[in-house]
Amino acid sequence: MTQQGEVWIFAEQRDGRLMSVSLELLNKGKELADQLSTRLVTVLLGDQIDDLAQQIIDYGAHKVYGLENKNLRLYQSEAYARLIAELIDEHRPELFLLGATMVGMDLAPRVAAKVKTGLTAHCSDLYLEEMEGQKKLIAAVPGWGGNFVVKIACPQATPQMATVRSGVFEKPEKKPGRKGEIVKIAAQIMIEDERVETVEMVESHPVGLKLEDAEIVVGGGWGFQSVSGFHLAEELAEALGGVTAGSRPAVDAGWIKEDRMIGSSGKTIAPKLFVSAGASGAMHFTTGFSKAKVIVAIDQNPNAPIFEAADIGLVGDLGKILPRFIQELKREKNEI
Amino acid sequence: MPLNSIVCIKQVPHPEHFSKISLDPVTGSIRRAGIPSVLNPLDKNAIEEALRIREKFSGKVTAITMGPPQARDVLEEAYAIGVDEGVLLCDLTLAGADSLATAYTLAKGIERVGKYDLILCGNESIDGATQQVGPQLAELLGIPHVTHVVEVHWLNEGEALVKREIEYGYLKVKVRMPAVMTVMKNINTCRLPSVLDIMGAVGKEIQSWGCCDIEGEKECVGLPGSPTRVVGIVHLESKRKREMLKGSEEEMAQMAVKRLREYGVI
Repeated sequence: MTQQGEVWIFAEQRDGRLMSVSLELLNKGKELADQLSTRLVTVLLGDQIDDLAQQIIDYGAHKVYGLENKNLRLYQSEAYARLIAELIDEHRPELFLLGATMVGMDLAPRVAAKVKTGLTAHCSDLYLEEMEGQKKLIAAVPGWGGNFVVKIACPQATPQMATVRSGVFEKPEKKPGRKGEIVKIAAQIMIEDERVETVEMVESHPVGLKLEDAEIVVGGGWGFQSVSGFHLAEELAEALGGVTAGSRPAVDAGWIKEDRMIGSSGKTIAPKLFVSAGASGAMHFTTGFSKAKVIVAIDQNPNAPIFEAADIGLVGDLGKILPRFIQELKREKNEI
Repeated sequence: MPLNSIVCIKQVPHPEHFSKISLDPVTGSIRRAGIPSVLNPLDKNAIEEALRIREKFSGKVTAITMGPPQARDVLEEAYAIGVDEGVLLCDLTLAGADSLATAYTLAKGIERVGKYDLILCGNESIDGATQQVGPQLAELLGIPHVTHVVEVHWLNEGEALVKREIEYGYLKVKVRMPAVMTVMKNINTCRLPSVLDIMGAVGKEIQSWGCCDIEGEKECVGLPGSPTRVVGIVHLESKRKREMLKGSEEEMAQMAVKRLREYGVI
């Protein structure tokens, strides 16, 4: 009888702090490990990692592989990928999940190519399904038009790998003093690893409201057609007391900054109110705000799939309908 | 010393038509007949960066793409912007590739192109958006990579100090050539080709190579070379109220504000 491979999570640390998405993955990972009757294991790289390793145990991992070296304090793409791939080759876990951060998205594909396995990017859900008598990971990713998701599996190779954005799963409960196994490994850096070297990390957490924390968000899409048109989205956000965001096409057009992008390759948010304006409703976009309490959609095409994903729909020309909407909001405010 | 670069580009569906794209219910492959295609936006920034490097160090810029015969269009566009050579990797056996099989095919194509110092890609495509091909290509070629690049400061032809974004900040990364860099939108402002450039690009020679030309192993390309599989499509039942407001713009606006008030969100 072959032993069931473990469920592995990459625990990403920056400057000695665990990224919240890694903790969220511990929650989902625990559920998957229980269903596979196996253990939940994390891989942590850094310098002086004892405290972090214990925190990970407190959040529910059975075991932590802690790869330590002072040169691993910052993310080093070659060394991280090689060390993780070596550990995978030694233990062959069944699943390996990483947060779809701008570090995780750099690391995961390189590791997958090294160990020759499949990787699914920024999934909106993960679950197990029986395939040819074995429980296999189904990674759900947003489809195109309409309201559907595509199920992707990696039926032959292991580990089955996936990346998940922050905000998709919930953080598990922390139980201080939980018991688990911490395996510390003194990691070696090779000469080839030094072909690329991160020399400095500069973090600048923004002052003011982060998109993820905003209660009201107006998301603009391709329908604005110009940067001056997009200005109406800003005005609407202001009238609502919220902030603006955009779809991938709006970001690519340069109307709004990349860190304000909503969707499967942008941010996942759960505001009280989300107003989509000028976006047709490709699921790549709608998946980013599907957890909002109330969704309003405004678009000129009455058949746009965005209206399927909204509580309130307004069909019309953005240039005509938005000024009216803004005017009504202002009038309403003044009457109180 | 010249610095030769290769830019990997991709033809993608026009974003305006995203919601019209459907998937084949059986194979799960994208049905995009009748949907206009464009050059992936971030790939323009990758081409622009390569042209700036050529201006700085001299050298050759080669654009390479994998796709169906009509992917020639994006190579023509790359010629119009200013690349020196265009290569199309086109073969029925290459179809159905996931990121790993795509990276393998590009790696074989790049080996056939020959000597290079730098490979540039857009950080992601607007359709698949996996961001995976760049790092996987680097791994298969056995060279380092840097993703999310927003600034490149050349120390010399063989080494660069690169600024790459992370959430709320950036990393400064020193990287030796040859390497793969995948670039973000704000790395540069793309030049626009003139009408003459566009006309001049029509009919320029495009090398078209099949799987045999690049010595690709059949089991490593296309669907057989892809460890991931689409195994189904799930239609989600919308749990939203889907109330379409009626009347004039003014009436709709009034009703919208009334509803938001009732829902307690404003």
